[in-house]
Amino acid sequence: MEEPRIGVFVCHCGINIGGVVNVPEVVEYAKTLPNVPWAEGNLYTCSEAGLSSIKDAVKKNGLNRVVVASCTPRTHEPLFRSTCEEAGLNKYLFEMANIREQCSWVHSHEPEEATTKAKDIVRMAVARARWLEPQDEPEVDVTDSAMVIGGGISGLMAAASLATQGFKVHLVEKEPQLGGITRRLGKIYPTLQDSSEIVDPIIKAATSNENIQIYTSATLKDVSGYVGNFKVAFKKGTEDVKLDVGTIVLASGALNYEPPKGSFQYGVLDKVVTQLHLEEMLAQGKLAEPERVLMIQCVGSRTGEVWTYELSDMTQSFAARLLSKILGAKKEEGWPYCSKICCMNAIKNAIRIKELWPKAHVDILFSDLRTYKEYEDFYRKARAMEVKFIRYIREIPPEITEAPDKKLKVAVYDTLAGVETEFLCDLVVLSTPLCPSKEDVMLARMLKVPLGPDGFFMEAHPKLRPVDCQSDGIFIAGTACGPRDIPESIISAKAAAARASILMANKKLKTEALTADVNTDLCIGCGLCEELCPYGAHKIEGGKSKTIAALCRGCGVCGADCPRHAITMRHYSDRQILAQVEAMMAK
Amino acid sequence: MEKSALVIGAGIAGIQASLDLANRGVKTYLVEKSPSIGGRMAQLDKTFPTMDCSICILAPKMIECFRHPNIELLTYSEVKEVHGSAGDFTVKVVKKPRYVQADKCVGCGTCADHCPVELPNEFDSGMGIRKAIYLPFPQAVPRVYTVDKDHCLDCGLCKSVCNAQAVDLEQQPVELELHVGGIVVATGFDVYEPLRITSYGYGRYKNVITAMQLERLLSASGPTGGRIMRPSDGRIPRTVAFLQCVGSRDQRFGYPYCSSICCKYAVKDAVLIKEHRPDSEVYIFYIDLRVFGKGFQEFANRAKKEFGVKFVRSSPGEIREDTETKDLTLWYEDTLTRTVKSLKVDLVVLSAALMPRSDSVELARILGIDTDRFGFLVASDSLRHPVDTQVPGIVGCGYCLGPRTGDIPDSVMQAGAAAARLSEILMAGSV
Repeated sequence: MEEPRIGVFVCHCGINIGGVVNVPEVVEYAKTLPNVPWAEGNLYTCSEAGLSSIKDAVKKNGLNRVVVASCTPRTHEPLFRSTCEEAGLNKYLFEMANIREQCSWVHSHEPEEATTKAKDIVRMAVARARWLEPQDEPEVDVTDSAMVIGGGISGLMAAASLATQGFKVHLVEKEPQLGGITRRLGKIYPTLQDSSEIVDPIIKAATSNENIQIYTSATLKDVSGYVGNFKVAFKKGTEDVKLDVGTIVLASGALNYEPPKGSFQYGVLDKVVTQLHLEEMLAQGKLAEPERVLMIQCVGSRTGEVWTYELSDMTQSFAARLLSKILGAKKEEGWPYCSKICCMNAIKNAIRIKELWPKAHVDILFSDLRTYKEYEDFYRKARAMEVKFIRYIREIPPEITEAPDKKLKVAVYDTLAGVETEFLCDLVVLSTPLCPSKEDVMLARMLKVPLGPDGFFMEAHPKLRPVDCQSDGIFIAGTACGPRDIPESIISAKAAAARASILMANKKLKTEALTADVNTDLCIGCGLCEELCPYGAHKIEGGKSKTIAALCRGCGVCGADCPRHAITMRHYSDRQILAQVEAMMAK
Repeated sequence: MEKSALVIGAGIAGIQASLDLANRGVKTYLVEKSPSIGGRMAQLDKTFPTMDCSICILAPKMIECFRHPNIELLTYSEVKEVHGSAGDFTVKVVKKPRYVQADKCVGCGTCADHCPVELPNEFDSGMGIRKAIYLPFPQAVPRVYTVDKDHCLDCGLCKSVCNAQAVDLEQQPVELELHVGGIVVATGFDVYEPLRITSYGYGRYKNVITAMQLERLLSASGPTGGRIMRPSDGRIPRTVAFLQCVGSRDQRFGYPYCSSICCKYAVKDAVLIKEHRPDSEVYIFYIDLRVFGKGFQEFANRAKKEFGVKFVRSSPGEIREDTETKDLTLWYEDTLTRTVKSLKVDLVVLSAALMPRSDSVELARILGIDTDRFGFLVASDSLRHPVDTQVPGIVGCGYCLGPRTGDIPDSVMQAGAAAARLSEILMAGSV
């Protein structure tokens, strides 16, 4: 190995690092470390000026390793690595020292200690950098066909976009029919079009596209393989189908939450229904003209929300009532998130009732009315039609009891009027959220993708990678990722198609270099690695372990457990890690 | 069929659309009228609900655009004419003179150090200052200085101190003709300046600021280096009140829609203020707290429980200023307890309506597409084809489409959808 010549670049990150850590001191310290002929500070190493400065320094000083002491490799390592490449270095000859998240941010009140720690972190990075070796990223072929899981509007739209771009798409739907939950809706907000006007053309476009193969009543059995080379198996009827696909679009949708029996008398009194039931009653003409319909928002959503009120601000009777309710409250069942679409849905159904029977009263009990964007117009329209909106407090939920003449009595504390009001109604409609399906857990396991704390599939980054999964080659569309309305679902579906198409159009893909390397001289073929590997990346062939590079995620489980120390992780060799540990101990 | 595209506007939506197109193999021209790409997201301090540093997650994407072999950046440029149809558009773009030669400027900043003219910096929403020769923000891409000729004294100091000999005060506009198959409009939003809402005193009371101004005060690279100082005396405010729906959801001021993101960023900013100074009191005055979307309700619950942010359901009627101390008193009715109250605070932050860019209607005219009564783009079919305009081959993404849900992930998804739609046209001729 040639003599290491390491350049160290310490970032101020404006005041993020520079406001706490004494950056010039760290730079001077770095210069004293062995094999460091060059060190400098940058205001922002990630800015164009900072990057040019790295490239210049590599050329001028004949550097063959680069250490950047700045922020997290999660966001910035790719950038610095490609800068190294531009400077003619293999990108694995780069090492990052995190002195922001792991130093200046957590020690913002201890500048001296933070500076000492930054030096320690830089010393460790330099120690490791000495042992870095160039690595290759082998290319794999990408199969240019996709599987779409779910035949609701999101899955159909994603399939249509990919098929139109020329890719073969296999769409797998577990139900006998396409169209998903949208099909169960009567009308769509805010245009009040029939759902069939939306769904039917989308289904037609998908079914008539020769690039799309549709499998309904199909149950997914197994997904193996990796980005570009997935192997999927499912059962359609009695027939077993096996396919090779390059990418997967996950559009498995969401369920409508069913409240537990007894919640707001649901399941006890038959005049208490969910919005989806009301939707079906209206579509099938099963609702007789009501005198009054009352809707309750946020049933089974936004649970666990505790709003502490300034009790001193309240009238005594109100405060006492609130207290007794809070103390007597049972734990609410349901989901903590806001389901986003229920306010518009309730307004839509209220408008429909008003259009059918102008004399009917419709009251909507809400805690925050979330008619975002131009849906505000929709809210105004309902108010103009004399739909009444009454703000209740979540700690004092409405109480529902049976009343004479097959009516329901609803008692609610109206915050604006400051009094308890009673209504006699013919129907109580509960606005329940979209929620994840129990089957998502199995699906997540099969695809090796995580679910978020809300139970929905989790995106790779909630801001900048909203349709990518953490597993490469798998993309999420529609309500599988959380509550969304139709245009939002379609947008996410098209976005997922855009991301999948990039992989498939490029036909080849560079894979991770950070993989397990088996020394076959040491390997005794015991098979422990094959058993332990969570990604199925090890196979025993001819009495020796073999790594399938594209499957290996470099987690290191095999390397840590190999009884013969026959497995080394590329880019994380024992030598590199030990050098780092030794540097930490050697103050 | 030209396998190329034009993207107008280089905020997060335009950047993502360009990257998705370029990675798909489409030659992409990214036109931005201001000196740097980055847009609104570059101005933000942190992003909700993950509290990622905004510029830190955006900067790698900006640089990716800059380096991408399929992307040609045309900053400080404007689209003047568009002719043709899907698959075959001819676009006239004017590169405005920067008076600095991009290929020579090294971005060292010596010129700005010497420039004698000081002006309010637009990037800091007027809270900070810049020179007449300037870089809008430290992470600007490209890192090329620009002369603001409207305010330049023509003293020539910048030219004389520039070692790279990059300053060229005689530079002329350059007209380019591009041939593209499709167009993405991603021009973003402006923030309403609530001068007409006289009862809140914005513009008269120094300590009444907009949320965008607060973002710049919170930002580490902002004019105060991340310290929240109130404009009247530089004191760190102990009590801060956020007023929601300023201009929006309000027919009197012309923005009856909900801007969709203000409740969420107000909660985030309130938490940031609490993080900066845990003993401060932060109030959010709201009509409906609209924290919908993934993780936001949970985040608002934390703001309340863990950070002690106070939420008041009220739309304050009036703000009065103490002429001596410049402290502010809010008069409001708490609609929960139905009592009229007053609250003395050090700083008021207005969550003002978001509206289309002032030139959105003019751009729509050039493109031959429709806008709504506010100036947002109209989708050809708002339910089924939410990113398509009425002109085939022209699509939109980001806030120029209207408040939609309006936040960063939505803009990123719309960008992907726009790229997919153009790929369908450019790769398969499916108009």
